[in-house]
Amino acid sequence: MTSLFEEITETSVDIPVRRVTITVNGEKRSANVEPRLLLAHLLRQGFKLTGTHTGCDTTNCGACTVLVDGRPAKSCTMLAVQADGRDVMTVEGLATASELHPIQEGFKEEHGLQCGYCTPGMMLAAKALLDENPDPTEDEVRWALSGNLCRCTGYQNIVKSVLWAAEKMRNSAG
Amino acid sequence: MYPSRFRYESPTSIEEAISLLEEGKGEAKVLAGGQSLVPMLKLRFASPELLVDINNIADLDYHRFDADGSLHIGALCRHEHLEKSADISARQPTIAAAAPLVADPIVRTRGTFVGSVCHADPQGDWASCMVALDGYIVAQGPNGRRNIPVRSFVSGPFQNVLAYNELAVEAVIPAPQGTALGGYMKLERRVGDFATAAVAVAVDMSGGKVTRAGIALTGVGGTTVDASDAAAALVGGSLDEASIAQAAELAASVAQPRSDHRGSASYKRHIISTFTARLLGSISESNERAA
Amino acid sequence: MSLDEIKIGGMGASRRRVEDNRFIRGRGNYVDDVVLPGMLHMEILRSPVAHARIRSIDVSKAWEIPGVRLVLTGDMMATRNLAWMPTLSYDTQAVLATDKVRFQGQEVAAVIADDPYIAKDACEAIVVDYETLPVIVNPDQAMASGATLIRDDKENQPDNKVFDWEVGDRPATDKAFEEADVVSEIELHYPRSHPSPLEPCGSIADFDRSTGKLTVYMTTQAPHIIRAAVALVAELPEHMIRIISPDLGGGFGNKVPVYPGYVISILASILTERPVKWIEDKTGNLISTGFGRDVYLKGQMAVRKDGKILGVRMHTISDHGAFFSDAQPSKFKIGLMHSAFACYDIPAAHLTAEGYYTNKAPGGVAYRCSFRVTEAMFFQERMIQAAADDLGMDQAEFRRINLVRDDDFPHRTPFGFLTDSGQYGKCLDVALEAIGYEQFLKDQEEARKNGRYLGIGISTMTEPLGAGNSREYDILGIKMFDSAELRVHMTGKAILRTGAKTQGQGHETTWAQIVAHELGIPADDVVVEEGDTDTAPFGMGTYASRSTPVAGAAVAMVARKIRAKSRKIAAHLLEVSEEDIEWELGRFYVRSSPDRGVTIQECAMAAYSNMPDGMEPGLENTAYYDPPNLTWPFAAYVATVEVDPETGVWDVLRMVAVDDCGVRINPMIVEGQIMGGLTEAYAMASMQFITFDAEGNCVGSNYMDYLLPTAWETPGFELHEVVTPCPHHPIGAKGIGECATVGGPAAFVNAVMNAVEHLGVRNIDMPLLPDRVHEAIATRSDISGAPPVRTDAP
Repeated sequence: MTSLFEEITETSVDIPVRRVTITVNGEKRSANVEPRLLLAHLLRQGFKLTGTHTGCDTTNCGACTVLVDGRPAKSCTMLAVQADGRDVMTVEGLATASELHPIQEGFKEEHGLQCGYCTPGMMLAAKALLDENPDPTEDEVRWALSGNLCRCTGYQNIVKSVLWAAEKMRNSAG
Repeated sequence: MYPSRFRYESPTSIEEAISLLEEGKGEAKVLAGGQSLVPMLKLRFASPELLVDINNIADLDYHRFDADGSLHIGALCRHEHLEKSADISARQPTIAAAAPLVADPIVRTRGTFVGSVCHADPQGDWASCMVALDGYIVAQGPNGRRNIPVRSFVSGPFQNVLAYNELAVEAVIPAPQGTALGGYMKLERRVGDFATAAVAVAVDMSGGKVTRAGIALTGVGGTTVDASDAAAALVGGSLDEASIAQAAELAASVAQPRSDHRGSASYKRHIISTFTARLLGSISESNERAA
Repeated sequence: MSLDEIKIGGMGASRRRVEDNRFIRGRGNYVDDVVLPGMLHMEILRSPVAHARIRSIDVSKAWEIPGVRLVLTGDMMATRNLAWMPTLSYDTQAVLATDKVRFQGQEVAAVIADDPYIAKDACEAIVVDYETLPVIVNPDQAMASGATLIRDDKENQPDNKVFDWEVGDRPATDKAFEEADVVSEIELHYPRSHPSPLEPCGSIADFDRSTGKLTVYMTTQAPHIIRAAVALVAELPEHMIRIISPDLGGGFGNKVPVYPGYVISILASILTERPVKWIEDKTGNLISTGFGRDVYLKGQMAVRKDGKILGVRMHTISDHGAFFSDAQPSKFKIGLMHSAFACYDIPAAHLTAEGYYTNKAPGGVAYRCSFRVTEAMFFQERMIQAAADDLGMDQAEFRRINLVRDDDFPHRTPFGFLTDSGQYGKCLDVALEAIGYEQFLKDQEEARKNGRYLGIGISTMTEPLGAGNSREYDILGIKMFDSAELRVHMTGKAILRTGAKTQGQGHETTWAQIVAHELGIPADDVVVEEGDTDTAPFGMGTYASRSTPVAGAAVAMVARKIRAKSRKIAAHLLEVSEEDIEWELGRFYVRSSPDRGVTIQECAMAAYSNMPDGMEPGLENTAYYDPPNLTWPFAAYVATVEVDPETGVWDVLRMVAVDDCGVRINPMIVEGQIMGGLTEAYAMASMQFITFDAEGNCVGSNYMDYLLPTAWETPGFELHEVVTPCPHHPIGAKGIGECATVGGPAAFVNAVMNAVEHLGVRNIDMPLLPDRVHEAIATRSDISGAPPVRTDAP
């Protein structure tokens, strides 16, 4: 228990909650949640990982994209209870303490972001792609990112960012 | 957008899931991929009392070709597994063509084939493939399993014939009668859009003749439209310009499109005819190349 | 000796963005990321119908839900005189409806609760009894005799007309038409759209009774204007209001207006004495906040046989929705619509404009646009193509004949603006060369023989950016200057604050580059802050591509003030008179002895430790910049397309953009702005629009129906530049953010029209949905007007 007490409010009584344990960015974290709580909200409000953004409510924009067991998922379209026992990676898990992930570097290097709102989701969708396909074509990048909307960049630099990262990752792997 | 309250259960066996559905007395919903259901919960278009999450049931995430050539798709097989399957790509061209056109790449990592057919959205891509391929759903209830041909499975927009205590555990596509050819063509205004109109074609051929055919239409009726006359007209003959044109015309004639912001009814009908002809044309070409 | 300006991140450096360091780590700080102790959550109940009298609102069930802290309705707002608020266009807008609802999505009640899920539950429990009224969804219906009066709340409002307005010289224009060899006509609809930043609007109001201070975190592009508006609307003292606009997830004009949600959250915080967070959902954003466009445009062009344009007439009918809350600070009812044809030498022009109320969402905002210039330039370039067709003249040649020549500046535009510089012809030539114009025309002819429809579309334009000089602009009487405050610390590091507000444009990066350019302080040594009205100098915010033209100029000017003071310090340190001091980047030196010098950093230290006698200590200053004119960037956009005649589907083959935005502070960022703008242009041309059915239901209320292009559909872009420095801007820069959105749509549409013109098709209104293109081809006729929302039975 991280706090010495939990305030009992009138809303917190009699509402059934479930205990979930999720490995978030490598760290096991548990919480009692109402079944209706969306995974995006647990990450943001519960775990204070506000890098996961919510944009559209209808599973179109992809701003809330995280990796669930390594595959990209729109976390506003998953219940937190569904993530119980799973491994979730958010944007906060991309960099290590000392080093940015090449995808993060690529986005900065190739000006792949402007307002930054879609960026976490874009980068995680890109990571899922590069994990599967380390040497994608431009079209493959565009296709893989077509579940994520960006209103600022026009995508061209996002594509370049991902290709930049792919090259760097190939070079450091080889 | 926040869902209403509901009770949530995550059974680990089909039997447990069925008894929960039984308990739900019709006020329960099954959660598989959740890519249609969760948005509906958020928009409060759906407010079930009980949500039965089947994701923790082992052994439902599969697709396989049985020895007899039939294709079996488990209730937790995700769209992307079909999209990326070498088997599917080699042996089931209609499914292979449709898989990358379902929703968007991220939705495809979670959304399921069977869930999509159960959702019975007239705009759904998979229901058309199932109809074109004479597929059926395997439903399991307290009294065992039954097979429900997809044509009688969907009973209306967003409605299926599953009893409240039945779970769709598998979709089955029967073995082809000859070489399985086919395709799926979808007019969408952008990735992830619902079809303005789409056509699924599945043609089995043997010795230059059509042995079996199915044509189904997406987004041009209250449910998936079975263009059975168009398909029947192809059986027994070869695919040539005249038979293709006839099938395209017959397919368009059974479409029942509505005019909306995706296009006028007459345009959608025209697209059905155009896409049917294009699909059959390329099937004919690929069959000739193979011959 | 002199510093390498590129190395220190000065002007012209494609410096990587400093703001990215937090965004790529998920450490941005958007409004919804802010959590205050004891914070409550607010949800708004919206009207499901477009026009109705409210018979009653029963909130009793909502109050019964555990966790609900406050339920607000219009009647309760009225007790605080907050049921209505003034708009930036001198109208009023309902905060929470009292008498009637006038558009679908209008705010009817609000619930404040412990969490947003509960607030939503409680909204669902509110019962509103509506008596529906006839619905008006377009200006035609609004102007019809006997039309239902939408604004019966206003005195002296006998009908649904918002305004009549005209500009130009009618007699001279009439005369031009008498002398014309050819008169061309065109009639267009620029459909309603929504800027739709990914992040919706929201606020956290935090009223502290003990200090009397109201702090509001808010998604706003213009925090200082909001502070003034809150002071006026909520009758709070201005010094007790602090508006903080943290990171914004895009704006594009959507986050300029004052929205009811902000006002309600403020009152809720005052009443509950708790912080109240309101985060709009996407549907709320799309159906109730500031839209863009929705204008019917028609006009004529008088042309001589040799291609010379003699005159232009324009008539616009705009649909403003239920409240005239256009967020536009120009002095003209229809914004800068009359900037049309500014790049062409046309002797006479006349424009008439009418605006109407309808039962649609209010708030015509300048969606990546300087107030109707997008509609103006679209009309201009469609008109130009139509006239070239009617003359049988090549569309590039027709433009070349009429573009203002390089030696003809300053130039009075057809409607009276003054442009000051440009190389319009060169810009066009660069674009045509890049696309391979002549070759394309041959390919096009060849393709047609094979039944393939290729098309090429051109759009050339100059537009007035950087609101603005006080001849054309003010906001409620306040002039449209902007500001910068620069504090150089003793070690030569600095903090810069401006009255603008970045929302993705990269001010934190580029403003530091201007300081580096002016002072030689490395850009990495300058931190930039914006958006907090308690710390930033007063400014008018960021929209209409005004940051660089106005705030950017203020940055240069304040840096020059710092340099002037530093020069005195340098003279003191070098023990020579100020006249003997020379400046090179980052260093003052003695003219006669260039080895003797002091760096700007040494001057900074001296400003705190060794200043000349009588000099005020410190090295800080503020500059307010009131621009003498607008800046006039110029662009030529050329698109090539292929249309599938069987389906009406069209694909962009290539898109070439040549922009002249003057001196580029950070070329990488400028190109990013252009590509973003081109994408919105493509979106408008191809898919992005909001329409309404006959009952006033919004079609396009979520991203399933309101389509924004993805990486897959969006074409690749080829960018080129021409540089004509702005003569009046301190660093020669002009605005750029909106150019491609303004000029781009016509290039795509002209390209598709060019592909089908041989069939006799002259116009298809945006968006060019496949079914519209197909219908035009199949029927060999124009498809005009708003895309209808058809409701025929199957």
